[in-house]
Amino acid sequence: MKKRKNLVYESIRMVILLFLVSLLAFVLIASSPIDPLVSYIGTESTLSAEAKAEIVEYWGLDAPLPQRFMTWLNNIFHGDMGNSITYKKPVATVIGERFSYSFVLMMISWLISGLIGVVLGIICGLRQGGIFDRIIKLFCLITKSAPTFWLGLMFLVVFAVWLKLFPIGMAVPMGNLASEVTLGDYIYHLILPAITLSVVSMGEIVLYTRQQVVEILNSDFILYAKTRGENIGQIVKRHILRNVLLPAITIQFSSFSELFGGMALAENVFAYPGIGTATTAAALNADAPLLMGVALISAVFVFSGNMIANVLYGVCDPRIREAGLNE
Amino acid sequence: MSESILKVNNLVVGFSMYQPRSFHKTTLQVIHSLSLEVNKGEILAVVGSSGSGKSILAHAVLNLLPKNAVVGGEVLYKGQTITKKREKELFGREIAFIPQSIDYLDPVMKVGKQVEGVFGTSKRKEELFNQYKLPIDTSNKYPFQLSGGMARRILICGALMGNPELIIADEPTPGLSLDIAMETLQHFRTFADNGTGVLMITHDIDLALNVADKVAVFYAGSIIEIAPTQDFIKGKDALRHPYSKALIDALPQNEFVPILGTQPYAGDLPSGCLFAKRCKYRNENCVGRQEERELRGGKVRCINAV
Repeated sequence: MKKRKNLVYESIRMVILLFLVSLLAFVLIASSPIDPLVSYIGTESTLSAEAKAEIVEYWGLDAPLPQRFMTWLNNIFHGDMGNSITYKKPVATVIGERFSYSFVLMMISWLISGLIGVVLGIICGLRQGGIFDRIIKLFCLITKSAPTFWLGLMFLVVFAVWLKLFPIGMAVPMGNLASEVTLGDYIYHLILPAITLSVVSMGEIVLYTRQQVVEILNSDFILYAKTRGENIGQIVKRHILRNVLLPAITIQFSSFSELFGGMALAENVFAYPGIGTATTAAALNADAPLLMGVALISAVFVFSGNMIANVLYGVCDPRIREAGLNE
Repeated sequence: MSESILKVNNLVVGFSMYQPRSFHKTTLQVIHSLSLEVNKGEILAVVGSSGSGKSILAHAVLNLLPKNAVVGGEVLYKGQTITKKREKELFGREIAFIPQSIDYLDPVMKVGKQVEGVFGTSKRKEELFNQYKLPIDTSNKYPFQLSGGMARRILICGALMGNPELIIADEPTPGLSLDIAMETLQHFRTFADNGTGVLMITHDIDLALNVADKVAVFYAGSIIEIAPTQDFIKGKDALRHPYSKALIDALPQNEFVPILGTQPYAGDLPSGCLFAKRCKYRNENCVGRQEERELRGGKVRCINAV
C-alpha cells in the first residue's frame, strides 16, 4: 500500500520536474541570441522579407512566449519533438540514435567505476593511513579535481598517440561502410572513452566508501565482532560489505548527473557520436528543438537515477523496510 | 583457594593525545596500576561512577583499545598473557564479552545470525532461545526491533554460544526495569555457579551486591578497595576505604548522604591519594603515593585505613 503511494508520489514529482526543466530551457533558449528563423534558412538566405514573415507567422514565432511554450508543450504531448536543424531528422530519432551510444558508454563506466571504486574504497578504509591508501587517495583527489576533457586528452596522448593501443576517436573505424563494421570495432572504440569516464567518476565513490569503512571500523559492533572471535576477513564479509554496499550503490545511482556531465565532455574529446557531441553540435548550430530534447532526456535520466536510489533504500535497508511494514 | 581465571597485574592505560592549543602529544593516563583477580565460579563486580574509566578496563582485557592507547602491566588468562594468537583461540569460545548496549550489534544484520557468530550453530542458538524465553522468530528480527530486555538476553545468548570460562560484562543493567535487571544478574549467578568466572563492570552497586562474590571499588582510574560482598552488606564499619564507606552511606536505603566534590580529572591527578581532597579523614600521610595493601581479608589503597 505504502509502496504504491510512493510510486504515485514519485511519478507526480517527475512530471512536475520535467515541466519545470522544459519551461526553464525554453525561456533560456528564447532569450538567447538564437533566432530560429535564421538558423533554419541560413544567414546568407536570399529569401524575400515577405517570405520570411510568412514563415514566422506559420511557425507562430511572433506570438508571445507563453503561447509559444504551450504550442511546444502540446506538440510534445502528441509525440512531436520537432525537427533537428543540424541533423535534418526528427529530434526523437536523433536522440534515440545518439542516446543508445551514450547509454552504453555511461553504463559501462558506471559499472566499472562502481565495482572498482567500492573495492578500492574498502581496501583503503581497512588500511587507513597506509601507503596504498595514500596513493589511491591522492589519485582520487587528482581525478576529482582535474577537468574531464584534460584527463581525456591525456589518455588520448598516452594510449592512442604514444602507445597506439586505441583509436584516437569516434565509435567506428573511419572510411568503412556501415555493413563492414563489427561488434569488435564498436568495443575497441568504446574502451578509451569508457576508461576516461570511469576514472573521472571513480574518485567520488572511492572516497565515500573509504570514509564509510573507517567509520564502521570505529563502531561498537566491530569491537563486539572482534570479541566474538571474528577475523578481519569475516568482519569484512559479515559487517563491512553489508553496511557499505547499500549506501555506495545509492551514491552511485545519485551520481547520474555527474555521469551525464562527464559523458558530454568525454564524448567531445573522443569525437564519440553520442548525445554529448550532439548537444555541442546543437548549441553551435542554434538547433533549438534538439537542445530542448536533450534537456528533457537528461532530466529524465538524472531523475531516474535518483528515484532508483530512493526506492533502493526503502527496499534494502531493513530499518526503513521493516518500519514501513509495522505501520 | 579456587583456581584463578583472570588476573590483572598493575595494569596501566594511557591515551596519547594532543593537548588543547598545542602541538605536543602527551599521554593521559586513565588507569593506574590496577590489579584484580577473577576466580573460577566467582563474580567480581567492579563498581564505580560513570566516566571513571571502567569500560576501558574491559576493553584493555579484551585487546579492544584504540591505536593511541599505551598499555602497561599484564593481563593473564589462566596464567598466560592473551597474545594475538591466543586471542583467536579464546575469543568467542572461552572468553565472552557482554557489551553494554544494543549498539554493539550490527544494525543491518538479523540477530539470529549475530547470535550464532562465526563459531555457533543454529541448533545451539535455538536451545539458548528456548532457555532464555526468546520467541524463535526473534532470529529474523533486526536489532532495532528488540526491546531492552530482549536485547540483553540476545547478548547473553551470544556470549553462551561458546563455552565461556570467563565472561566480561560491561554495564549489564542500565535501561532495564528492576525485575529484568535482577533476572539478568541471576543469569550471571547461574553462570558462576556452573564454574564460570564473571567480571561484571557496573555503576549500580546496589544491584551488584545481590549477586557478586567480591566487589572492587573503582575510583579515578584505580581500584581503591576490593572486599567480599558480605562486608558491603554489613555496612560501612566492615569496609576499609573512606570512599567505600561514603558510597554505602550515599545509598538511599542507608543514610542517603551525598559525597561532596567530584572525581579528579585524569589529566590533573594529585600525586598522593586520589580521594584525599574529598576525604574527611585526611591527614599528612595522604600526600604520599598510596600503595595497595592487604587488610582484613580485602585490599585497600589507604594508608590510614584500619
